[in-house]
Amino acid sequence: MGKSVTGFDWITILIYLLLVGFGWANIYSASLTDDFSSFLEFNQIYSKQGLWIILSFFLIIILLSIEGKFYQRFSSVIYAISLLSLAGLFIFGSTIAGQTAWYQIGSISIQPAEFAKAATALAVAKYLSGIQTNIKDFKHQLRVFLIIALPMILVLLQPDAGSAMVYFSFAFALYREGLHFAYLLLGFFAASIFVATLAFGPLWVIGGVLLIAILVYLKNLKRRPNILKYLFFAAVAVGFSLSVNYVFENVFKQHHRDRFNIVLGKEVDSRGIGYNTNQSEIAIGSGGLFGKGWTEGTQTKGHFVPEQHTDYIFSTVGEEWGFLGSTFILALFVLLMLRLLYLAERQRSTFNRVYGYGVIGIIFMHFLVNIGMVIGIFPTVGIPLPFLSYGGSGLWAFTILLFIFIKLDSDRMSF
Amino acid sequence: MRKLLLYIIILTTGIIFLARLFYLQIMDDSFTVRSQDNAIEVVYDYPQRGYISDRNGKLMVSNQPSYDVMAIPRNLKPFDTTEFCEILSIEPEELGHRLDKAKIYSPILPSVIIPQLTKSEYAYLQEKMRKYEGFYIQKRSLRDYQVDHGANILGYIAQVNQKKVNEDPYYISGDLIGRSGVEKTYEELLRGEKGVKYIQKDRFNRDIGPYKDGIYDTLPTKGKDISITIDAQLQAYGEKLMENKRGGIVAIEPESGEILSLVTAPNYDPALLVGRKRSPNYTRLYYDSIAQPLYDRGLLAEYPPGSPFKALTALIGLQEGVVDTDDRFSCNNGYNYGARRPLGCHAHPSPLDMVPGIAHSCNSYFAQVYRKTIEKHPTPQEGIDTWNKHLKSFGLGEFMGNDLSTGRPGKIPDAEYYNQIYNYPTYKWYSTATISNAIGQGEVLMTPIQLANMTATIANRGWYYTPHILKSVEGDPIKEEKFKVKNETSIDRKHFDPVVEGMHQVYKKGTARSLQIPGIEIAGKTGTAENYTKIDGKRTQLTDHSIFVAFAPVDNPKIAIAVFVENGYWGSRYAGRIASLMVEKYIKKEISRTDMEDWILSHSLEDEYAKPLSGEPFIINQ
Repeated sequence: MGKSVTGFDWITILIYLLLVGFGWANIYSASLTDDFSSFLEFNQIYSKQGLWIILSFFLIIILLSIEGKFYQRFSSVIYAISLLSLAGLFIFGSTIAGQTAWYQIGSISIQPAEFAKAATALAVAKYLSGIQTNIKDFKHQLRVFLIIALPMILVLLQPDAGSAMVYFSFAFALYREGLHFAYLLLGFFAASIFVATLAFGPLWVIGGVLLIAILVYLKNLKRRPNILKYLFFAAVAVGFSLSVNYVFENVFKQHHRDRFNIVLGKEVDSRGIGYNTNQSEIAIGSGGLFGKGWTEGTQTKGHFVPEQHTDYIFSTVGEEWGFLGSTFILALFVLLMLRLLYLAERQRSTFNRVYGYGVIGIIFMHFLVNIGMVIGIFPTVGIPLPFLSYGGSGLWAFTILLFIFIKLDSDRMSF
Repeated sequence: MRKLLLYIIILTTGIIFLARLFYLQIMDDSFTVRSQDNAIEVVYDYPQRGYISDRNGKLMVSNQPSYDVMAIPRNLKPFDTTEFCEILSIEPEELGHRLDKAKIYSPILPSVIIPQLTKSEYAYLQEKMRKYEGFYIQKRSLRDYQVDHGANILGYIAQVNQKKVNEDPYYISGDLIGRSGVEKTYEELLRGEKGVKYIQKDRFNRDIGPYKDGIYDTLPTKGKDISITIDAQLQAYGEKLMENKRGGIVAIEPESGEILSLVTAPNYDPALLVGRKRSPNYTRLYYDSIAQPLYDRGLLAEYPPGSPFKALTALIGLQEGVVDTDDRFSCNNGYNYGARRPLGCHAHPSPLDMVPGIAHSCNSYFAQVYRKTIEKHPTPQEGIDTWNKHLKSFGLGEFMGNDLSTGRPGKIPDAEYYNQIYNYPTYKWYSTATISNAIGQGEVLMTPIQLANMTATIANRGWYYTPHILKSVEGDPIKEEKFKVKNETSIDRKHFDPVVEGMHQVYKKGTARSLQIPGIEIAGKTGTAENYTKIDGKRTQLTDHSIFVAFAPVDNPKIAIAVFVENGYWGSRYAGRIASLMVEKYIKKEISRTDMEDWILSHSLEDEYAKPLSGEPFIINQ
């Protein structure tokens, strides 16, 4: 391994350590209760997370010790196991907060959906790096979509719409490999309509779609546009929205709907529309330039922001570390993603590059949806902030996702 | 392009997020305010208000505990309204109305819902209080009056208004604040400092301990006890003498400027403006537009001073060198000037020099002295301004700068004033146009406290301390410079002796012969002021005001007093008797002339006050 140590991208590792360390400090603050006894009290949220962090270091050593080729060779197997573990939830899984997303083993609960993202990234990379695969070929496109859609649908059925949405991010990898831009746009619209329908209801979405269609049509009126084309696209969009809504309202039973609503924050919103977002904005806004200081946040102490140690961890950063602290976290994420992009582009193997793009896409999607939600410019969709949010499965899944790529990158010369 | 797209998207997202954070954290501070609103509860601990005693240490005002039912609308839960309303004897609609009002004011700040519970209401409600979430009982201290007089001096406290809350961060809605009198002037001494506790709340609004371990918390500081210069006994006596009359009495200790009593009539019991009855009682007093019990006549009423002003005319004449004490002026039942109607006078020996001139209050004498004073100067303008300057040195025609919560400047006209009313220089005016000033009619207006201060200045032979009401704070005599600096008048000391002698003669053989006090050498001056009102738009003369000023003893003055009785006819009739009794009461502590006291106590002027309101023709000065 002596040769490899210098081969690892230490910049990425350093950013990882900073994010995880800073994340723990904020989880500590957000989960601090009055009956404080000791750092070693293992029923405390922050000590549990501390344990997960320490264990993830061992995980990293294992990940980096495994031969890079292993990931490529066994990606199909990993993907298959991952699908099975998702499917198995419907038989063996336990339901927490309305979601059948967990395997309960003793006092530990594992969330396979978190790991499935890395597995899917491997599978997509494997398929696209195949010598016969041509992404411009419609048959091959269908196959890769299927690889992505299978875990996505299984996650959606838990139901975990937030995590399912993350799979749209593979569009970046596919586009990089030659997929037509239209798919990207389509994917973007599909994702937007998907979220918007669940968050605001189909009437608004249909209204919005028709309005956009009419505006674009009128703008292009001089060029004698084909009205049928517009009608077709509008009809497809409306149809998609309605079918999302139809599935939601008719196929799902009430308890499924409730779960969706919980995920979308509609039910948690116990004090009227926008309570979570409102409290989160208050917490962040009251931080000012320098913040109130670690463990000094009044909103954090009062636990005004629901789920603050998990999905809303960024509001603690905003309140206690201020504009400077939150800018620091934003900068770390942007730097991480740009660094990963740089690394992905320097790969000689397609597998490595596609996997790298998969990693970036997944991190970006979480970054976009989570922080967007916490600062109140995105609808409430419950997905964690990578490396910072509380949760062992999440931390481990992102650690695996990232360090497989670091390992692949360090091995790139050996191809 | 395929390589660049993700770069662009990542950077754009980063910039949008940064901009949003900049807006939330740097530009918009409403979030900081809202954070303090919902995460930290501020709890106040109200201190005892300072006590007020009179100059002899008699306690006038102390405190009684008072309990307000407060509500924080956001924390309200459904509750048994019927029971709640029954305990507090309030209509459910009224309660609903008040809660709505509180919600409009602020959903998260406390509002007073039911002020000042009775003791039994409090005792009963306290046990049930935990059933009414969102309500709590705030203890405050209310006034407990030990005397039934001096309401105009002491003033009252009431809930602070929104304007003051906005201006002064010390006050929050529901706080009590001094609204008039000593309570208002010395609010900051009396109120103390309220204690404050910051309590960190969680999102269920539960207490989770002191904010920052209580480093910002403070304990309440009790308000300071003060003594005022009023002699409570004299004040009570003055108010008793003024029953069924309207007017004012102001008594000052000349050597210190301390106000010994400040009577206005009609008046009211200070206890009326305490507790839950405060509001209806106040409304009733406020809307009594005829008797105007809330109008402090001693401080606010600007009357023509009448004859006591002649003392000033004499002093200015002497100072200006236009008259000598021996100069005699004749009086032919009045003073004739030009073609105008004469300034009438009453029957007395003639001609007179200064001392008997004052003693007999000869209008003709003072008209001639006044005219000489003004005409000493090349133009009447210069004459009037010189005269004005002398009067200003007595603190007339302007606010006195005292420590009373209210006051009026009175009126001492100057050249500019006459130029304006006579449209100078188109028309010229001469000293004769202003001749009524000589005898304190005309354009001169003074408040009773100014009249009293003028008397004190004469008693001191030429200087005065600015009258004030605060004597000591927590036993320490006041050191305020503005009350410890002698205000010297522009009149030389030597000129006061003949005037004082004249005022002494008023009692010896002049207009107040009948009012002498056995054993006390007293100096004084009667006054009778014509006055008018409008009835159905027509200027109608009413019975003259009865005015009297006095000080005693002549050689070592302990009290200077001005008494003003509206429509009391001539000076010695009402005002003179009252002044004489007040002086005796203050100096001898007992009244030897009980017949005079009985006369005052048994005589009412209510019939006189009813005349202009009767709607029928009436006879004045009878």
